[in-house]
Amino acid sequence: MKNFAYINAASEKAAIESMSDKALALAGGTNLLNLLKEYVLAPEALVNIKGIAGLNAIESFEGGLKIGANVTLSELLDHAEVRGRYPALHQALYDIGTPQIRNMSTLGGNLCARPHCWYYRYEYFDCKKRGGQGCAAIAGDNEFHAIFATDGPCVMIHPSSAGPALVVYGAKVKIAGPGGSRDAGIEEFFTLPAAAVARENVLKPNELVTHVLLPPPNGKSATYEVRHKESHDWPLAMASVALTMAGETAQEARICLGAVAPVPWRAAAAEAALKGKVVNETTAGEAAQKAAEGAKPLSGNKYKVQLVRTAVKRAILAAATGRRV
Amino acid sequence: MSEESKKPPAPSSASPEASGRFSRRWFLQGVALSAGTAVLPGEGLLGGSAFAAPQAPARIGPEPVQIALSVNGKDYQVKVEPRVTLLNALRNYLNLGTNTPIDLTGTKRVCDRGSCGSCTVILDGKTVYSCSVLAVECQGKKITTVEGVAEGNQPHPIQQAFVECDGLMCGFCTPGFIVSSKALLDRNPHPTPTEIRRALNGNICRCGTYNRVFQAVELASIRMKVKGG
Repeated sequence: MKNFAYINAASEKAAIESMSDKALALAGGTNLLNLLKEYVLAPEALVNIKGIAGLNAIESFEGGLKIGANVTLSELLDHAEVRGRYPALHQALYDIGTPQIRNMSTLGGNLCARPHCWYYRYEYFDCKKRGGQGCAAIAGDNEFHAIFATDGPCVMIHPSSAGPALVVYGAKVKIAGPGGSRDAGIEEFFTLPAAAVARENVLKPNELVTHVLLPPPNGKSATYEVRHKESHDWPLAMASVALTMAGETAQEARICLGAVAPVPWRAAAAEAALKGKVVNETTAGEAAQKAAEGAKPLSGNKYKVQLVRTAVKRAILAAATGRRV
Repeated sequence: MSEESKKPPAPSSASPEASGRFSRRWFLQGVALSAGTAVLPGEGLLGGSAFAAPQAPARIGPEPVQIALSVNGKDYQVKVEPRVTLLNALRNYLNLGTNTPIDLTGTKRVCDRGSCGSCTVILDGKTVYSCSVLAVECQGKKITTVEGVAEGNQPHPIQQAFVECDGLMCGFCTPGFIVSSKALLDRNPHPTPTEIRRALNGNICRCGTYNRVFQAVELASIRMKVKGG
């Protein structure tokens, strides 16, 4: 990697003042250092934000949780309230990476991680995200790429596994910048490549995710993930589901897909199909069919369409029954 | 890669004779040094730069900076560029330029991308990939490498169990497995087979000796229980 200066930020203010498009925030490092080693990024400075006081705690907040951006995935998994009240989040985090990666990676880092598209990460291929003219993935090996929003300039999948769960819980992201702090809805936080191909979210170079605000859960929830390997693998498709139940009927349903689009992908048609229905194998299967509607797979990833249906059906049933399916 | 090739040669005062220790690594470095001395620029000898007291300024680098690392209970002086990873610092930079340089090469560099687990160390009680942590981030933190697992000259029960169960073939992944196993047993002295597999799934063994590794952890756990662990 190219050499860089190192700034150890003691406060949010110091971090924001130091950060720019040439001075990037460093949290867990599992994502960023690999990009530096591959010369995909070559910043002049790294700003270590892990020492900022107040960003490494999980607190009760308006009946829900306020999670500091520097809380590691292991700490979230060990937290009784995350496990007990937010099963979709707990299940989404449970098998991310490896024990070492979960000890290092932070929640803020998971939301802001750069894509693992192998063309983005290999400097000799054309990539619009790196300022190139074309996208090598569209004509190339794209079995792990998007099946939704594939008509945009980039067909990456968003790497965040926490994202879909946070979407179904209606979380907010607290962003600190030079003008102070603001809250963004989690769905507004992630942006499609068509909006700005070089980035994946609304953050400006001198803005920082400081907290994730989780409202109190409103019913039952679960996440189901399909992947090749039991450990150290990325999801091929995943679905997070939150259901507000009245007896066996779903009064409200929120369904969000992961690993199939450049952002956590809300499945509105599936939600509408499930709303007001008794949740069982049949209705869950019907909603799952709707979830895959609108998919435009690439040359190598038609298989993901069925994985979406499977993930959605199993996540709905897991949420309703409270059992892993 | 580039950081390794930039490493200054060991100063002559750091010869095995002077430091009272001898290893294959120092022998090979000594051969390389004597063969290359004629063409080496003098600045490679570090010019006796005095170590300033470590400060924590707002912005350090990109030139090498002086830091202290606490590894296996000992403090070491390290002068590194900010880009040097903890893995690289352990293997190549500890006390470099002083009279007591030391290479802790038990921590292995394999993938250098946070994927294989051979560089696993315990940082403030948690296992991490040392290839994906910057050395400058580790000031004031407690680092345990595989060299710090044994209790004096007595192998840790997990090390003894690896020997007895043949928990290795080529052995290159073994230091990482030992460190991950120790961290598991520290936290959970009597893990179930499922817990063992889950705790070790950040370490890869290309020889495929996983079953023997899992047996070794179970054996160590039983022995520690018998000893009242």
